[in-house]
Amino acid sequence: MNKYVERLYNGVIKENPTLILMLGMCPTLAVSTRALNGIGMGLSTTAVLILSNLVISLLRKAIPNEVRLPAYIVVVASLVTVTELLIEAYLPSLYTALGIYIPLIVVNCIILGRAEAYANKNPPLLSIMDGLGMGLGFTVALTLAGLVRELLGNGSAFGVKLLPDSIEPIGMFIQPPGAFLVIALFIVIMNAIGIKTRQKELVESCDGCCASCMTPCEKAETADKKEEVAAK
Amino acid sequence: MKSLILIIVGSALIHNVVLNQFLGICSFLGVSKQIKASASLGVAVIFVITIASAVASLLYDYVLKPLGMDFMKTIVFILVIAALVQIVEMFLKKTAPAIYTALGIYLPLITTNCAVLGVALTNVQNGYNFIECVFSGFGTAVGYTLAIVLLASIRTRIREEDLPEPLRGAPIVLIAAALMSIAFMGFSSLAF
Repeated sequence: MNKYVERLYNGVIKENPTLILMLGMCPTLAVSTRALNGIGMGLSTTAVLILSNLVISLLRKAIPNEVRLPAYIVVVASLVTVTELLIEAYLPSLYTALGIYIPLIVVNCIILGRAEAYANKNPPLLSIMDGLGMGLGFTVALTLAGLVRELLGNGSAFGVKLLPDSIEPIGMFIQPPGAFLVIALFIVIMNAIGIKTRQKELVESCDGCCASCMTPCEKAETADKKEEVAAK
Repeated sequence: MKSLILIIVGSALIHNVVLNQFLGICSFLGVSKQIKASASLGVAVIFVITIASAVASLLYDYVLKPLGMDFMKTIVFILVIAALVQIVEMFLKKTAPAIYTALGIYLPLITTNCAVLGVALTNVQNGYNFIECVFSGFGTAVGYTLAIVLLASIRTRIREEDLPEPLRGAPIVLIAAALMSIAFMGFSSLAF
């Protein structure tokens, strides 16, 4: 397989950031109330991800290793601000629907994670494809979650009413508890049919998030163990 | 005074940062294995969010707004929060080693916690003044601590249960969170 196509396949299917790697849970849970919101959020994140991967890949030799995380954060935050202003100007209804979650793309673990795991080691074109693949994978997962929640909670899909009026929608699914339930359902189904996900990392790693957190995480665990030993 | 109490109750219970706003989910699910660890993280979060909302509010009111640079708030806030956590860490290490050993390992984790940035941005959006920002930050963090300690308590019970294979691990934790979220929805009638 062509290595550029491989990146796309990797992002959407093999290492789907949300469904397999279990990254970026905050926006997944928060904006999946409607399928359209899912697409909007997914594509905004994709845009930021492609550009941040490109910029970081271009700067990968210029950024000193010690200050790479602050540098990445500045790059990502600037790109997010530009995206936010563009959405506010051209898609005001999406801007109101997503609200605070647009600026919060900055702290989406997928973006910093890809910068750290891929873009800072690979050439620009491959990094763009990686960003595109991961972004589309995120979009697919968000839209899927949005579709299920909208169908169960509102009886519609992409704003089109599907269920007859005689079937009462379960309103809870478009409210916060529904988000947790639908994601739990997704993981249960994938566990049941034997797709390997990194769900253990989601509930057992210290922060589940990006590579930057791993060091304090290990420190925390060893400190806990020491205390346990001392208590004994 | 009444409005400040309303802000605290609202941000801690009605719009609970984790169960209603979905901020800080990573650490909420990741660090809730043991009650003790989750309580320490909770205290560290209260500490950092309260200080961060105060600093963000001052910065926004006295630097960004007069200069007409509102649009820079995301960049400025995230950098200030990252630097602030470092400073708080160094300050605690020097002046209060006891608190530092209790919280120290959890402080760096908080930089990437989206709840901190989320609170700072929500405060600005709601147009809160300095005092209101501090109270809303404090209330949000108390809500976070409440949620994570409750989930940790539930998880210590779940661990001993004999669950069907596909439900083990993340799904059952998410279902527990969903039930907590339903319970917290009850607070929405608490408007007074």
